[in-house]
Amino acid sequence: MLIRKITAEIKTLFSFETEPVIDTASNTLKIYCSHKQTPLVCDWLFNEKEYHFAGLIVEENALLELYYLFVGEGEKGFVNVITADELNTQNFESVSLRVHAVDWYEREAEDLYGVHFKNHPRLGDFILHDDVWQEGINPMRKSFDKDKTLFNRKPRQYYRPRKIVEEEGSFIMPIGPIFSAEAESVHLQLETIGEEIIRAFPRLFYKYRGIEKIAEGKSIENVLLLSERTAGTTAFSHALGFCLAVEKLSNETVPKKAQVLRVFFAEIERIRNHIGTIEAICNSTGLVVAASQVGILEEEMLRLSCILSRHRYFFGLCVVGGLSYECDKSTYKDSVEKIKNIVKELGEIEEFLINTSSFLDRLEEVGVISAAQAKTHDLVGPMARGSGYLNDLRKFQPYLKYDKLKFDISNETEGDGYARLRVLFTEIRESAKILEQVILLMPEGEIFIKMDIKPGTALVGIEAPRGASWHRVKIGENKKLLSYRMLMPSFRNWHGFHVAMEKYAFQDLPIILATLGLSVAENDK
Amino acid sequence: MSSWVKKGLKTGIVTTSYPKEDEKTLGITPGFPKSTDCDEVDNEALISLCPMDALYYKNHKVMIESKDCVHCYRCLRNVEKPISWDDGFKWSVLQKKQTGFSKSFSRSIHILVVDAGDCGACLNEVKLLNNPFYNMHRLGFFVTPSPRKADVLLVVGPVSEHLKTALLKAYNAMPTPKKVMAVGACSLSGGVFKESFVVNQGVEKILPVDIQIPGCPPPPLAILEGLLQLVKEKDNG
Repeated sequence: MLIRKITAEIKTLFSFETEPVIDTASNTLKIYCSHKQTPLVCDWLFNEKEYHFAGLIVEENALLELYYLFVGEGEKGFVNVITADELNTQNFESVSLRVHAVDWYEREAEDLYGVHFKNHPRLGDFILHDDVWQEGINPMRKSFDKDKTLFNRKPRQYYRPRKIVEEEGSFIMPIGPIFSAEAESVHLQLETIGEEIIRAFPRLFYKYRGIEKIAEGKSIENVLLLSERTAGTTAFSHALGFCLAVEKLSNETVPKKAQVLRVFFAEIERIRNHIGTIEAICNSTGLVVAASQVGILEEEMLRLSCILSRHRYFFGLCVVGGLSYECDKSTYKDSVEKIKNIVKELGEIEEFLINTSSFLDRLEEVGVISAAQAKTHDLVGPMARGSGYLNDLRKFQPYLKYDKLKFDISNETEGDGYARLRVLFTEIRESAKILEQVILLMPEGEIFIKMDIKPGTALVGIEAPRGASWHRVKIGENKKLLSYRMLMPSFRNWHGFHVAMEKYAFQDLPIILATLGLSVAENDK
Repeated sequence: MSSWVKKGLKTGIVTTSYPKEDEKTLGITPGFPKSTDCDEVDNEALISLCPMDALYYKNHKVMIESKDCVHCYRCLRNVEKPISWDDGFKWSVLQKKQTGFSKSFSRSIHILVVDAGDCGACLNEVKLLNNPFYNMHRLGFFVTPSPRKADVLLVVGPVSEHLKTALLKAYNAMPTPKKVMAVGACSLSGGVFKESFVVNQGVEKILPVDIQIPGCPPPPLAILEGLLQLVKEKDNG
């Protein structure tokens, strides 16, 4: 087994106080490190062994434990790098200097859990804004009372943007948090001397709703409502991730028909989400006819979703134990035919688009992210696949029925806006292919089973439309959530936003933003 | 470029005939639970199923607090005697009567959309109002990015603490007469996030709300119906 080989290899390189443990059932290697070793081990896994970083989890037990989660392709399985320290005073060594993708996760841990890192390049104002909250509030810690409203606050400082460019005449162009027509709330600071953006800095978390904190102590059904409504446009995928994680803690398995249908709905959501992104791209370039044409298809997808599930965004469809709503088989068959037509229409629009030079001029060689940059930020989803950095969980660590389905991952290497647009079109076509196969696989039978959930911890990764998203649940004796962590694709990809933005001009901002297809709600949680 | 023109002509007109005629196409609305007589349902069992406490008992009926409903379908699915379901979209609730817009605003209402912590679904439905299917321009509604030009403040989301200042600034920058429209369960009551320590329980806690559109999310036609209600008020007052 590959994971044993890696364990043997890592033991020759480092000497651990506690032996690494292999959990064969879940193909997971757990490495307990000292503070000094953690960055080195993470660096080795990420850069030498080509593991992907899945996220950082903080556990508050007798000690404060940090889990750096890594995931590899297929047999390489999962690696948890674990380090622990006292609850109140910690001397954790920052990993972000060696693995840049960890950067924001450590800032998040510092802000929400009060974890102290040594040598981290930038901590402070991140999730909880300094101009709203005083220092020393760590909402994710157990000692923090979530029922206590915090509206009597004493913020100590005013927020001042950090200016870095020292060229004469340089200034910061602030945009947001309320800007454009129907844009999500985010504040962008673009530092410039005139036309070219020298430095781009997104200030996020205006929409921070504390979902992970309010999930604590709630019943499984009620947390499902929260995970669905974290990001409305990809609701089904996140509900699915949560349900799969909870179902891992049960002995029963979900009926086959429900598993197949879950793939079916997840792919419909992917198609609809990508069509929405394409519409935004057309809109951002001012190509109104194309935007309208694609908009018609988006609305048709939404109506189809509503016929299949009664809700336009699949709310309330995915439940622990299966699905809550079923149509007859002919409706599913008809919908696949309809989607095939929509994809055909879209192909025609694509043909038109690539022959419209004014459109292509705005996309080509704009917002370039190189493969190396995609790797350092460990980007996920279509944004990474446009730069030739492939990490599709449907292929990497197949879940549900994805190992039985034939489909390709789109792979473009240019890394510009046009490459990302092509990725979206290819993924829609591949998803339509999956739908055709799924409809043939569909067995007869139940779509729901009542499940008995045991206490425990489970982690599940799924490929949401915007990229890999990880759901980790910890369930206690009374079937209530002890903790729920969502590691969202947009959080990862906003980290790489500045890479796409820098060196381009102001007028490229809306176009680059549209081609990246980022969601603020998904990031802000 | 001529190919685009041809394509547009070939597509023809897809816009709904609402509000002249009623729109009945499948898939335009998730529907809404409606108050049901207790003879048809087991009221106690049904009320206990609702995670948002939106159902209550009154006059031998199961009633719905519409601003709390989040379309979880738990009173409809896997229940022996489900609640009756309304497949319409006219859900808007006008708040107390106020002086409306004057004649000079006729067919020229500008809307500022503020995302105050929304999940993206409501915002997407607001965006779709400009979709060819709904095309709210034809009725004289326009979205504007500037509060200085806006007549209606359309708020989606439960108003997170971080956005409270921005929302207030946007409201104060708007010229009078101005109206506030709260769209979606979150902006009416905080929705599923109402217990959160960083969220205000809806727009009402911050600003005077003139019209409420329940739903999670309310479909485009429900929002359009609400906008038409706001304008209609002008004729009466």
